[in-house]
Amino acid sequence: MTQLLFFDVFNGLIIGAFYALMALGLSLILNLSGVINFAHGGFLAIGGYLAYTLIPYFGFWGALVAAPILTAFIGILIERVLIRRLYGRDPLYSLLLTFGLAFMIEDGTRFIWGAQSLPFQIPGWLAAPLSSSLFFLTGYRVFMMVLVAAVVLALFLILSRTRLGLRIRAGTLDLETVSVLGVNVRILRNLNFGLGIYLAGLAGVLASGMLGLQPNIGDSLIMPSFIAIIVGGLGSLPGTLAGGVLIGVASGVTTVFFPSASEAVIYVMMAAVLIVRPRGLLGEEGRF
Amino acid sequence: MNAFNNKRAADALVWVALLTAPYWMPLVGGYTELGTHVVILGLAAMALNFLLGFTGVLSFGHAAYFGLGAYGAAMTIKFLVPSTPLAILDGVLVGTVAGAVIGPMIARLRGVYFAMCTIAFGQVFYFIAFQWSSVTGGDDGVSAWHRMPIDLGFTSIDIFNDNKAFYYLALTMFAVAAGVMAWLLRSPFGRTLLAIRENERRARFLGIPVDRHIWLSWVISCLFASLAGALYALLNDFVDPRALRWDMSGTFVIMTVLGGMRNFWGPLIGAAIFIVLQDQLSSHTQNWESFIGLFFVLVVLFFPRGVLGLIKRKTTQ
Repeated sequence: MTQLLFFDVFNGLIIGAFYALMALGLSLILNLSGVINFAHGGFLAIGGYLAYTLIPYFGFWGALVAAPILTAFIGILIERVLIRRLYGRDPLYSLLLTFGLAFMIEDGTRFIWGAQSLPFQIPGWLAAPLSSSLFFLTGYRVFMMVLVAAVVLALFLILSRTRLGLRIRAGTLDLETVSVLGVNVRILRNLNFGLGIYLAGLAGVLASGMLGLQPNIGDSLIMPSFIAIIVGGLGSLPGTLAGGVLIGVASGVTTVFFPSASEAVIYVMMAAVLIVRPRGLLGEEGRF
Repeated sequence: MNAFNNKRAADALVWVALLTAPYWMPLVGGYTELGTHVVILGLAAMALNFLLGFTGVLSFGHAAYFGLGAYGAAMTIKFLVPSTPLAILDGVLVGTVAGAVIGPMIARLRGVYFAMCTIAFGQVFYFIAFQWSSVTGGDDGVSAWHRMPIDLGFTSIDIFNDNKAFYYLALTMFAVAAGVMAWLLRSPFGRTLLAIRENERRARFLGIPVDRHIWLSWVISCLFASLAGALYALLNDFVDPRALRWDMSGTFVIMTVLGGMRNFWGPLIGAAIFIVLQDQLSSHTQNWESFIGLFFVLVVLFFPRGVLGLIKRKTTQ
C-alpha cells in the first residue's frame, strides 16, 4: 500500500511537472500579452515531432537541446506574423486565432508525420528502472523531474536577475509605462512568446519520451494547464507553478483511492478555488 | 425611419427564407437536413451571442450546455419515455440547471479570466460523458434510439420519417427562442445588459447589480443553447462527447463572429456560411480540419466585424 501510494504520488509529481511546464508558458504569454494560447498543445506536439526527426542525426541529447529551440523560433515567427496584429483588441480574437492555429498544427503534424503513434527512442540506461524494489522508478522519470526543476529554476532566475526578465515582470504590471520608459514592447512580447513556446516544446520532447508521439499529444495537457493557472492565480508565475504541481499530485493521490475520479478531482479543485478565493491561491486581488 | 424600415425588411427576408427553405434549398444544391443544421446551430450561436454580443462577456465553453441538452434529450428517449416533447424539455432542463449552478462561480470574473474558466468548466461535462461510459456510452455516445413522432391526440406528426416535418419543428422552436430573445433585448432588462456591455463601471455606479445581471444573461444563454442541443440530438438520432467538446464551443464563437456579433441575425448568417463550407470541405478533402483552422485565422484577421458588420459599414459610408 505505501509503495502504491508512493508510486502514485511520484506519478502525480511527474504529471504535475508537465502541467506546470505547460502552464508556466501559457501564463507568461497571458500575463504580458493577454493572449490565451490555445495552440500551446500544438506547439508541444511540434516540439516532440521535431525531436523525433532530429534524433537520428543528433541523438537524444542533441534533439533535447535543439527541438525546443526550433519550436520557440516557430513560435516567434507565428507571433510576428499573426498574433502581434491582435494585441490591444478584444481577447476574443486572439483566442479564436490560436484556436484555429491549434487545428492547423494538429492536422499539419498528422499530414507530415502520419496519424499513427510513433515510438520515441530514449537512451537505454535512462529507460531502465533504478532498482528492483522501486521497479516503477525509471531513470527517465527521475531525469525528467530533475530537468523540469532545473528549467523552472532557470526561468525564475531569468525573470528575477536578468534585464529581460525584469522588463517582462514590469510589463506584466504596467506595459504602457514600460513602453514609455523606452523599452521596445514589440520585441519584448515577441521574445516572451518565444520563451513560453520554448517551455511547451521542451514539455513536448519529454512527454514524447514517456508517452510516445501522437498528433493530439497536447490535448490531454492543455485543459489541466488552464486549471493550473486558475488554481494558482492569474498573473502569478509562482502560483502557476504551485497550481500545476498541486493538481498533478492531487490527481495522483486520487488514483490510489478512486482511480476513475483522478481527472475529475482537478475540476473539483478549480470549482473550490473559484468559490472560496476567485483570484486563485497566489493571485493578486482585483487584477481580474 | 429609414433604418427602422430596413430592419423590418431584413427581419421579413430572414423569416421568408427560413419558412421556405425546404423548397428552395434543393434548387441550389442543398438538402433539408442541411437547413435543419443551420437552424439548430444558428440557434446555439444566437444563444451565445445573447451573452457575447449583447452582454459583452466571452464564453468559450457553450458546447457544454449545448451537449448537456443533447445528452438530456437522447437519454430521455432511450431510457425514460419515448416522447419527443419530453426529451426536449428534459434536455433544456439539464442544460439550464447546469448553467445556473456554474453561473455564480464565474459571474464575478471578467475578460480573459471569464473566458478561461468557461473553457475549463465546459470540459467538465466532456469528461463526465467520456469517462462514465456505463451510463453515457463513453466515446461511442448514446445511439440505438431515434426521435419519436409527435402525438397531438387528433393527429400525429411523423417527424422521424418526414425530414420537412422535423425541419418545421426545429424552426418553430427557433422562432419561439428568437422571439423571446428579441423581446428580452427590447425590455428594460435587455437595455441594462447593453449598458453593462458598453460601460460596466458606469452601470455599477447607477446601482445595477452587474454580477446578477451577467448571471441571468448567462442562464438565459445556456437555456437556449441547451434547446439547440436537444434539437441537435434529435436531428442526428445520436449524440457523442464531441457535442460537448471545446472545438464545438469554438465553432459557436466563430459562427457568431463570422456573421457579426452586434447584429441579432448575425450568428444565423455565420452558421449558414460555416455549415455550408464545412459540408463542402469535408466532401472534398481529408484535411478539412486544417482548412477550418485556416478559416478561423482568416476571419479573425480580415473579417473581425463579420459579414453583417461589413455590409453595415458599406451602407453607412
